[in-house]
Amino acid sequence: MVRFAVPAGLVALWWIATSLGWVKSYQFASPRDVVVELQQLALTGMLWHDVSVSVARVAAGFGIALLLAIVLGALVGGSRGVERALDPTLQGIRAVPSLAWVPLILMGLGIGETAKITLVAIGAFFPIYVALVAGIRGVDRKLVEVGASFGLSRTALIVRVLIPATLPQLLVGARIGLTQAWLFLVAAELLAATSGIGFLLTDGEQTTRTDEILVAILLFAVCGKLSESGMRWLEKRLVGWTDTVPA
Amino acid sequence: MSAARIRHLQKAYGAHLVFDGLDLDVARGERVAILGASGCGKSTLLRCIAGLERPDAGTIATSGEIGVVFQEPRLFPWLDVERNVAFPARNAGERARVEGVLGLVGLAHAAKRLPKQLSGGMAQRAALARALVRDPHLLLLDEPFGALDALRRIELRAAVREILEFTKASAILVTHDVEDALVLADRVIVLAGAPAEVVFTGTVGEDATRVAILGALGVTEHGGQARRSQARL
Repeated sequence: MVRFAVPAGLVALWWIATSLGWVKSYQFASPRDVVVELQQLALTGMLWHDVSVSVARVAAGFGIALLLAIVLGALVGGSRGVERALDPTLQGIRAVPSLAWVPLILMGLGIGETAKITLVAIGAFFPIYVALVAGIRGVDRKLVEVGASFGLSRTALIVRVLIPATLPQLLVGARIGLTQAWLFLVAAELLAATSGIGFLLTDGEQTTRTDEILVAILLFAVCGKLSESGMRWLEKRLVGWTDTVPA
Repeated sequence: MSAARIRHLQKAYGAHLVFDGLDLDVARGERVAILGASGCGKSTLLRCIAGLERPDAGTIATSGEIGVVFQEPRLFPWLDVERNVAFPARNAGERARVEGVLGLVGLAHAAKRLPKQLSGGMAQRAALARALVRDPHLLLLDEPFGALDALRRIELRAAVREILEFTKASAILVTHDVEDALVLADRVIVLAGAPAEVVFTGTVGEDATRVAILGALGVTEHGGQARRSQARL
């Protein structure tokens, strides 16, 4: 129960502050306004539409990032030669604060879906890639040796030892990558969008509707929390064998 | 026919020559303990026989399947005990042995446990079961009790002795513990020098006594130094 006390207190304070007129509704909408706005968006179907558009962008960008990170991470992690060829470039790109790509991508790819999905993919890619390479490098040599002592082929070693041994790191990277994907989605939708949760933010700002902005923030919180919980559930299911709970 | 036949084994790490023409024979069903100071090359020898290291020269001939037990259990943490033991199994016949070897090492009750849920002694028993699942002719044991406390060590040593007698497998045991050698082996070999050579070989129950082995290792148990100092007081 204690964990609900602080949020409940904050909502109560929010409600008191707005109903007593300490803050004006154009500065900060009341809880009641937010609920009404949420209801209206739900009734008109806009809520579902915006949420599903955003979720689809995150899913597409994250999916592409996951695929690319697994392919490149496996190549770089599996071969020192490939690492020497590819990794410096990737690390160089990673050193750029990722949001700096936004203008370039909008110029190059326009303001359509491709640009948004690309931006989300850039955000999600690096945490997954870095974690996977570290995971492959960190595989216990002694376990590989056990496989070798039983005469396992290279393919069998990869499938039966290296992949399961790397999975925990990959999942941690994927969880961080998914969080990053939502962050980059906000950036993409803030700058250029006509739908999506981020669009509610800009629309609310332009029409001075703080209730709409707060609804968007609430939706982001729910989506972010749900995807994080989903990833943690997956980790528990797939790599519950690890001795430590990954942070 | 012998279980292992090593001729003119040469192995160097950089400038350090570990072996320069070592010969060793292990007869079918024979249990040989190899003792020596740390870093004398006894583990390297075992790793060469296991195929984990490539000799620079010489031949190593073994007959039949080899099972290896390392100092650490080296269980796959994502597999339960049963699946760890079944890991080397290549066919239905070997898979059918899993239950039997688990019983043999006394882990039938822990088949569904994950490695993180095992004590050190249990984990090492599981590793032993895994090494037995292909019904090896030759068991290579590299300091298999090294990571265990004294009591678990005695317990597991007795279990290994029973298992070796039951399976009739040949074994090469690398250890630095004279007691391990006396309990488990038929023959004791002491390696020393660089490059390492066999400086002692003896049969347990005959010439391979505790004193003789310690002597070959360059150790005396008399505490002569202390007594002499005491006499002076």
